[in-house]
Amino acid sequence: MNVTQATRLVAAREIRVKLRDRTFLFGTLFFLLIAAAGTILPPLLSGGPESVAVTEAAAGPLRAAGLDVRVVPDDRAAEQAVRDGDVDAAVVSGPAVLALDEAPDDVVRALSTAPPVRLLDPDAVDPVVAFLVPFVFAFVFFITSQTFGLQIAQSVTEEKQTRIVEILVAAVPVRALLAGKVIAGGILALGQIALIAVVAVAGMQIGDSGGLLTLLAPAIGWFVPFFLLGFVLLAAMWAAAGALVNRQEDIAGVSTPVQLAVMLPFFAVIFLNDNASAMRALSYLPFSSPTAMPLRLFTGDAAGWEPFVSLAILLVTAGAFVVAGARIYEGSLLRTNGRTSVRAAWRERESIG
Amino acid sequence: MTRTLRLDGVDRSFGDRQVLKNVSFEVAAGRMTGFVGANGAGKTTTMRIILGVLAPDAGEVSWGGATLTRQDRQRFGYMPEERGLYPKMSVREQVTYLGRLHGLDAPAARRATDALLERVGLGERGDDLLETLSLGNQQRAQIAAALVHDPEVLVLDEPFSGLDPLAVDTVVAVLRERAASGVPVLFSSHQLDVVERLCDDLVIIGDGVIRAAGSRQRLRDSYTVPRFELVVATDAGWVRDEPGVTLVELDGARAVFDLPAGADEQPVLHAALARGPVRAFRPVSPSLTEIFREVTQ
Repeated sequence: MNVTQATRLVAAREIRVKLRDRTFLFGTLFFLLIAAAGTILPPLLSGGPESVAVTEAAAGPLRAAGLDVRVVPDDRAAEQAVRDGDVDAAVVSGPAVLALDEAPDDVVRALSTAPPVRLLDPDAVDPVVAFLVPFVFAFVFFITSQTFGLQIAQSVTEEKQTRIVEILVAAVPVRALLAGKVIAGGILALGQIALIAVVAVAGMQIGDSGGLLTLLAPAIGWFVPFFLLGFVLLAAMWAAAGALVNRQEDIAGVSTPVQLAVMLPFFAVIFLNDNASAMRALSYLPFSSPTAMPLRLFTGDAAGWEPFVSLAILLVTAGAFVVAGARIYEGSLLRTNGRTSVRAAWRERESIG
Repeated sequence: MTRTLRLDGVDRSFGDRQVLKNVSFEVAAGRMTGFVGANGAGKTTTMRIILGVLAPDAGEVSWGGATLTRQDRQRFGYMPEERGLYPKMSVREQVTYLGRLHGLDAPAARRATDALLERVGLGERGDDLLETLSLGNQQRAQIAAALVHDPEVLVLDEPFSGLDPLAVDTVVAVLRERAASGVPVLFSSHQLDVVERLCDDLVIIGDGVIRAAGSRQRLRDSYTVPRFELVVATDAGWVRDEPGVTLVELDGARAVFDLPAGADEQPVLHAALARGPVRAFRPVSPSLTEIFREVTQ
């Protein structure tokens, strides 16, 4: 059996075990509910079109604007309907618009003549969306790399803690163990995101905000390769951290640098996302580029060649971290007496074939 | 199939401490080879080097005359000293998984697992999570995990520690079957009585040096002076005055004594018969414990 086959077996076991894990299943379900609620509910809550009471004579333009028109016999009845709360607004002769406590914008717009508008930057993004999208990208990367990275560390430590690692190492190359875990984590992470994305897209269709999707598509397309490489980068760190300790309880202690490598870029992207030069820098730094570069593509700030350069930088960095992580993993995997220092793990790697 | 596992001049140090010094011995096909030594003598390190979990600083391990490769080792069965399987996986699933990691395809791994679990008495607990089994049953699962791929060589570090007597019998029977089918079996133990009962060959290690190796009988013959037990009707104290006798133990009518190597024991028997009835007169084989003491001193 070669390394590839061994890697596949290891990855398959990791995935099988995870798919039976209640915490993981409930976590996924929870995210799906949030995705569904976040996309379906807001349009529903904002209610249908405004209802307006009006006499038949003045109803024409209101109907044309798609408002919920209730025909009343006269102005007095219209006013009464507003006071009773039967309708949002009324249009009486004048014409004047009546409402209780809030100007009914849609009704006013239906009766006004708007000056012609010429957009100079037609592609610019709605400010609300512009605020939300970075947050969602950063959040998805943050949560998934944290969850699945920690899971990789736990799986590594479990094998040390239960001592099964010695049987495994005698049977398959250490590299296959490491690769299997990272690949399984990546597949599960991407699978979970894909599932959430499907629910979110379906939600947008139901909630009728599908237009956003067309805007987001290129950014999402770039997010996938960036996410995968960023995930591998972090997973190598998590696996090394997990191999340094012997007990699940000790993972928190050794993983602080990894946590920071996830947390700092997350907050940087969240807080600096309207600072163009900061975002340019972040979109090339390996730990923040998985979120920052797709964002700059989304807002249209990045030139066409930029994601390729950033992706290449990320690829080289991830490669280097995998090599270093594998060395620490190999050097500490069989040291089952207490915590291993990074230095000792780096030096003491066994040269086994 | 007469393939031999051989270690040649294996050295290994951890930091400044050399734990194996020029370790050489053989594990012959079809033989149960006991590997004994005090704690820290180097048993586990030796076994880890055989399995490729540790690398030797010098020397080599060969199998059937050729240096061991990873492909060879994949067909070895190994039970490490520190036991462990996945606590949250069922017994059947993880034994099957380990079978596949050792190169079996899925149907073969399932068949081997079912047969083996039945054999070690876990047939009905196969679908239980490992952590729900008693420690004794977890040990049986561990044995199954080491044997699932029908290994060509078995290396077992303390396979009997923590086993109840019934389980010891089961495991002994399973190991004997494997040895009888031509597999070299190397097992370490500090329970010398078990080793004595079980092994054909013996390797004794002390402070990282092989002190003795060979068949059990040959070791017995070569590592002890001739020793005899005499039981007479009355007090046996007179034996100490017979020529050449070194009295080892005297308990009323019973005496245990050594003679110089090559000496004839019959004159002592004649002397005893001359004094009265002799209830028993026989050579005493030294126990493994005694050999062990002698060679590791």
